[in-house]
Amino acid sequence: MQPSLFSSNHLTVSQITFHIRKQLEGDPTLQDVWVEGEISNLSRPASGHIYFTLKDKNASLRSVMWKLDAGRLRMNLQDGMAIEAHGKIAVYEPQGQYQLIVNIVQPKGEGALYQEFLRLKAMLESEGLFDVDRKRPIPELPRVIGIVTSQTGAALRDMLNTLRRRLPLVRVILAPSPVQGVEAPPALVNALQSLNQQNPDVILLARGGGSIEDLWAFNDERVVRAVADSKAPIICGVGHETDFTLCDFAADLRAPTPTAAAELATQTTVDDLHSLLDTYQTRLASLTLSLLAEQKAGISSLISRLRYVSPERKIQSDIQRLDELSRRAFSALTHRIQLDVATVDGISKRLHSLNPEGILSRGYAIITRKLDHQVVSKISQASGGMTVRVSDGEFEVTRKS
Amino acid sequence: MAKTSAKKSEKSVEDLSYEEALAELEGIVSALEDEQNPLEESMKLFERGQALAAHCSVLLEAAQLKVQKLVGESVIAFEEESE
Repeated sequence: MQPSLFSSNHLTVSQITFHIRKQLEGDPTLQDVWVEGEISNLSRPASGHIYFTLKDKNASLRSVMWKLDAGRLRMNLQDGMAIEAHGKIAVYEPQGQYQLIVNIVQPKGEGALYQEFLRLKAMLESEGLFDVDRKRPIPELPRVIGIVTSQTGAALRDMLNTLRRRLPLVRVILAPSPVQGVEAPPALVNALQSLNQQNPDVILLARGGGSIEDLWAFNDERVVRAVADSKAPIICGVGHETDFTLCDFAADLRAPTPTAAAELATQTTVDDLHSLLDTYQTRLASLTLSLLAEQKAGISSLISRLRYVSPERKIQSDIQRLDELSRRAFSALTHRIQLDVATVDGISKRLHSLNPEGILSRGYAIITRKLDHQVVSKISQASGGMTVRVSDGEFEVTRKS
Repeated sequence: MAKTSAKKSEKSVEDLSYEEALAELEGIVSALEDEQNPLEESMKLFERGQALAAHCSVLLEAAQLKVQKLVGESVIAFEEESE
């Protein structure tokens, strides 16, 4: 092509660079892209940003990871490492270079694993393995808890410590199994199946954190199906908060960590049981107290009714009547005696007036014959010796004429 | 009434597991709440309830996590590694 001296495309370096930048940064496929390659020329200056070149056999791509994203790296980048980097293409105008601004780095192969994960997930989901109505409730107060995990990992220790602290009443049956590597999936399936024969109330399927490859056994189709087929409800606690495995979807409950799985299996803790007991004891005591109070009230009402109909009342009134009668009898008697006394008095006075002694004191005398004690009231009667009685005594006389 | 009391388990409180004792305690409390029992029977229920609650409390205090391990078909005691 012949250059035209008078072409309208006559630009400064800045203008052309700006134009290229607009082209690259305006292309959506370049703004959200995964690039696979090997790290070289890795540099970590004090700024905290990370600079490296991604390359393969035929090409290389300058890359930078800003401090903020570099701080979130879950792996230690090294020269020669095969990685998958996610980011966007940008143009650095002062040097006229395009580069990849990286925000996520993962080991090479993880992307393929993720594709496999999505494929399997879609397949099992369409079979209904993850349906919500398949989920069984976790028993509130389990007696036997089954655990499927590595016998040596920290996950087991964490779970046992949690169970011991929250609900030491339970019996734990551990079905140990390797949790990573090619032997892990069949071993996990076997552990789940033999544990189910012990009829645990709930099973904890757990593993500590690790890379996506480390956790891969929990995305194995065989293991996911064994989880879905389990007779006992399963709580899955694999990896960290952010890790999701297919077992998480198939399980009846997902826990973010092994410790959380143990907590979810013990919704009722020993403290809850203590306070439940306290409640029962209080209710028992107050029920019994009110029962007794009721009985007491009944009894005292009966007592007062009994008292009303009691013969005691009749006895009391009889005694009163008796008292009344005896009072009246006494007063009648007294009256009578007083009357009698008055009569006797009158008689006595009259008697007194008839007393011969009174006459004697007035000078009269009573003469009696000595012979026959006959009172002499006529001359013819006066004979022999006679006794004369006067007021102060007696003397003897004899008739002379 | 005599029939119902005869039906109740008179297993010694000490022989009951925690779950059994708790279930019986629940039964006694609701029996006392809902039913009209003769006083003597109520007092008996109350006493048994007290004993059950005490038994549960002792079991709770004494509870120690029992950890076993599945080897093939059989269950054996599991020795935890000391740290």
